[in-house]
Amino acid sequence: MLEEINQAEREALEALEAVGSNDELQAWRSLHLGKKSQLKQQLKNLGRLSPEERPVVGKRTHEIRQRLEASLDARRDELEAARIEASLAAEALDVTMPGRPVRRGRLHVSTRTLRRIYAIWAEMGFQVYRSRDVESDEYNFQLLNFPRHHPAREMQDTFHTTTDDVLLRTHTSPGQIRVMRENAFDADGTPRADPDPIRVILPGMCYRYEQITARSEIQFNQVEGLAVGRRIRMSDLKGTLTDFARRMFGQDTRTRFRCSHFPFTEPSAEMDIECFLCGGEGCRVCKHAGWLEILGCGMVHPVVLANGGYDPTVYSGFAFGMGPERIAMLRHGIEDIRQFWANDLRFLEQF
Amino acid sequence: MKVPLRWLEDYVDISLPIEELTRKLTFAGLEVEALRYVGLPLPENPERLEAKVAGLEWDPETVVVGEVVEVRPHPDADRLVLADLRLGTEQLTSVTGAPNLFPYRGQGPLAEPLTVAVALPGARLIDSKTGEPRRFEPATIRGTLSAAMICSERELDISEAHEGVILFGPGSAALETPEPGTPLADFIGDVVLDIAVTPNMVRTASIVGVAREVAALTGSELRLPSLDVEMTGPPTADMIRIDIRRPDLNPRFTATLLDGIEIGPSPYWLQLRLLLAGMRPISNIVDLTNYVMLELGQPLHAFDYDVLVERARASGSEVPTIITRMPDPGERLETLDGVDRAIDDFTILVTDEMGALALGGIMGGGESEISDSTTRVLLEAAAWNFINIRRSTQAQQLSSEAGYRFSRGVHPADAPRGNLRAIELMRQLAGGTVYQGLVDVYPQPHHDSVVEMPFGEVERALGIEIPREEVIRILEALEFGALDDGDMLRVTAPDHRLDIGEGVIGIADLMEEISRIYGYERIPETQIEDAIPPQKGNPELETEEAVRDLLVDLGLQEVVTYRLTTPEREARARKTGSEPDARPFVELKKPISEDRRVMRHELLPSVLEIAETNARRDGLAIFEIGQVFLAQEGEDLPEEPRRLAIVMAGLGERGNWSRGEPKELDFYDLKGTLDGLAEDLHLEDCVFEAAEHPTFHPGRCARLRVGGEEIGVFGELHPRVRAAYDVPFARVLAADLDLEKLQAAIPERYPVHGISSFPPVVEDLALVVDDGVTAAAVESCISRAAGDLLRAVELFDHFRGEQIGEGKKSLAYRLTYQSDDRTLTDQEVAAVRQQVVAAVEQQLGGRLRS
Repeated sequence: MLEEINQAEREALEALEAVGSNDELQAWRSLHLGKKSQLKQQLKNLGRLSPEERPVVGKRTHEIRQRLEASLDARRDELEAARIEASLAAEALDVTMPGRPVRRGRLHVSTRTLRRIYAIWAEMGFQVYRSRDVESDEYNFQLLNFPRHHPAREMQDTFHTTTDDVLLRTHTSPGQIRVMRENAFDADGTPRADPDPIRVILPGMCYRYEQITARSEIQFNQVEGLAVGRRIRMSDLKGTLTDFARRMFGQDTRTRFRCSHFPFTEPSAEMDIECFLCGGEGCRVCKHAGWLEILGCGMVHPVVLANGGYDPTVYSGFAFGMGPERIAMLRHGIEDIRQFWANDLRFLEQF
Repeated sequence: MKVPLRWLEDYVDISLPIEELTRKLTFAGLEVEALRYVGLPLPENPERLEAKVAGLEWDPETVVVGEVVEVRPHPDADRLVLADLRLGTEQLTSVTGAPNLFPYRGQGPLAEPLTVAVALPGARLIDSKTGEPRRFEPATIRGTLSAAMICSERELDISEAHEGVILFGPGSAALETPEPGTPLADFIGDVVLDIAVTPNMVRTASIVGVAREVAALTGSELRLPSLDVEMTGPPTADMIRIDIRRPDLNPRFTATLLDGIEIGPSPYWLQLRLLLAGMRPISNIVDLTNYVMLELGQPLHAFDYDVLVERARASGSEVPTIITRMPDPGERLETLDGVDRAIDDFTILVTDEMGALALGGIMGGGESEISDSTTRVLLEAAAWNFINIRRSTQAQQLSSEAGYRFSRGVHPADAPRGNLRAIELMRQLAGGTVYQGLVDVYPQPHHDSVVEMPFGEVERALGIEIPREEVIRILEALEFGALDDGDMLRVTAPDHRLDIGEGVIGIADLMEEISRIYGYERIPETQIEDAIPPQKGNPELETEEAVRDLLVDLGLQEVVTYRLTTPEREARARKTGSEPDARPFVELKKPISEDRRVMRHELLPSVLEIAETNARRDGLAIFEIGQVFLAQEGEDLPEEPRRLAIVMAGLGERGNWSRGEPKELDFYDLKGTLDGLAEDLHLEDCVFEAAEHPTFHPGRCARLRVGGEEIGVFGELHPRVRAAYDVPFARVLAADLDLEKLQAAIPERYPVHGISSFPPVVEDLALVVDDGVTAAAVESCISRAAGDLLRAVELFDHFRGEQIGEGKKSLAYRLTYQSDDRTLTDQEVAAVRQQVVAAVEQQLGGRLRS
């Protein structure tokens, strides 16, 4: 009896070796472990055995059953592993084929640059103040200390409109007067005793009467800044603008200030930064000078403070102005300013 | 202002290397834009100078000073001569065709050898024909060896002149003749600084003005030119009378008279200085008016005195009278440049009793100008109101060196200085006798500003304490008077500057002078001590930027276009025959080009033009946010409302190997974009309704209303509008929205719904309705009928066909029901469905599709 069941075990295990698919595995299972299997039959016949034989055969039968089941599981795992292996190989992709493009939008490079400038100044407490594109001669020039027929007007070639004394603003500086007056006067025009200090940036489109070339445009964005308070000094201008430059162009950026002239500031300066591409070594972008001209700035002229309603004997301030397109050109190596308003999507999609 | 260094050194010692001098000047506000090396070696790293650097170096070995000792005829050529040269011990012969050597031909050895510039073999010069550098090599010309070349200005890159060779003439104090063989660069080599003069610094449009700055910046002494004149003639006052009618416009007029001059060319040193400073030498008298203008900054005008006398006699007087006055109506003048000019009523004239002689401070007239036969010169140096001069130069579109300076402000005290300096130089170089005394009419003496400046102001304004001695040194070096009065400095503006104010403005003016000379780089970097001002919200900007972000999220590319356009370009976006916009445009008085002559009325046409620019692409989806400009009745300044325009066309996505043919964008792609925008802005009561608009296809145009307010229109362009644009797309979708109304419709806050933990029930419902019933009507009917349990309605199919009958359509909706507090039973859902179907039947005449 014992011999018979041992023989059955050997045959079953041999047969399992030959099993090659799940179906065969099922067949093997019913043949060797199912109701009609030799093992089950043996168990049914157990009663017929002698009381001495019965526990021995019973125990052995149980052992064999466990072993066959374990072998079955192992074989199933083997077969599954082999199947996955085979299908993985078949499912292999050419990973170098291009991915499916997603249609996505982008901001115009000028907007991106403006936002970066806004964000940096916002952290320093400078809020955005916007004003109109079409301006009066009074706001664009006279109140900013450019009297009529003053030679300083030659620095800004102006688009005049067919309405006398109405022009396209040549800079966003008229907003300086507007923001100062908003702070310095009540709505009914009464001067306030102690107007708030001011920290604003004034972004917007400006216009100059110039030939459109790779280097000059008739329209361009400008971001001006204005800080007015009771104790603002030229050293604050240097410190604040240098902080801005470090945020905008990198923590190691060095600045320098050269004397310049703007009628609405005095003293006036141009700020250069050490070229961020070559670190001052000299390269194509900085024309081998090592420095890049970034913005104009200066202490607010007393006449301008007074025109804005701030007493120049009490208040002082600084102002600055920069061109986002110029900054973007430097940062991205753009050589032709006309690309900004041409809006060739192949250009815009690179940002 | 072109400043030759050798000339500058007449007035100030320069100990700094040129690179350092350039840097100091630039940082102090005298930006050195360019450096021209005349004969001297160019710097090794010119880029580091941050100025344009150009020039030709004269090799000291091969470009030298020589003497022509004899000029002989060429044996075989009439148009050539042989010039025998002495260069130190060496003797060479040059074959040359220089016309200015021909007068010396055949005279034998010259009693006075001619000093010339000589190029020896190997010398690098400018080829007079090509203008390119070329090496000189000896050559046999018509059988005679030319071993050296006598140079013209063009060959040495001094000027364009090539009519003859340079003849230096006899030596003078300004230019001592060196030994033959001396390198030419040692003799006349120079560096010319080209300084950009800002409008407030016209005082530096003169060599002495620059020298003063150099002196202040370097601590050197300034040497002003002598104003002594040898006056031996009769009194000038008997020879000329001056009548100033408008002292406000002509505060001062001075005159001197020189008798017995001989007009001729200027000595070479003077010609060279003028050339390097950018002016063309003409003749001694004219050259000296220019020379002194460049030297001191005071423009001068020389009259032929005998012409004035003749005119005076013609009008019955013996003594000419100069009258400065406003023009008579219709008065004209032919100026030196040959233009016959109508004079504007605000332009002040220099006249005599016979009429106009000159545009005051700008340009002289032709009749009284110096000619070759002039023997008596009346020299004018005057002061003019700079605003008036600028206005006149602009009106006449006339730029002159005098007008340039006078239109920026020349101090009246400069007039006598310029006059005396020039008349003495004229006497020395053109001969003659100067009449006694300067006639000086100065009815309105200028008051030089006095500024009371507390010393503490320096720290308060600049953020650095500059020692009091240094403040005073700086001001005095710039020729301010500086009186130390305890805590106060009493400063008087120098009598060559009109740009210094008084009071608080004067203090600001002084701060500029002190800080720029002290050096901006020495001012520290500090943080603002004032508190940050109260911060204010800026919803207008924030929501505008939010709209930009959402449109970008929805796959649109932002564009920024020109705000200048033409009415015709805007009209393209309207169907032919529709009424043009009647409001006037903001129009440029003088556009730079005809296609940018008005400020735009509308945004959409500008964005449509960008679709044209990108017509080669398969598709595009773009938007712009920006102002339009609407002139207002009775107002000078226009309204500037901001608008939003969207344009979509072509393929919605790029083709790809794994996708089928991409679909062309249509109305519903644009609608979906606007749906997305409305959803993400959480707009409430958002209604899309069919609309008509001249830009759009009449059956494919919709209006967007939010809370009843019209936000804008959108749709597919009318085929005739589309045809007006050069685009290859069958359909172009566009939206034109009022951004400000859209922003106003954005709720400040919006609620969100909790997520129910009970399962939703989803069921599909196909409804058949008449074709004329809109999807919006069906959806709103369903929503109202279904009540609170309905969480979502989604149209997922649209069908027309025989099965459902003529004039009908089937709309299939997926309805999602859900409760927050229980699992819905089949009966509850069935009841809702019954209500929905009943409502569709009763209200819309529809039915459930079987």
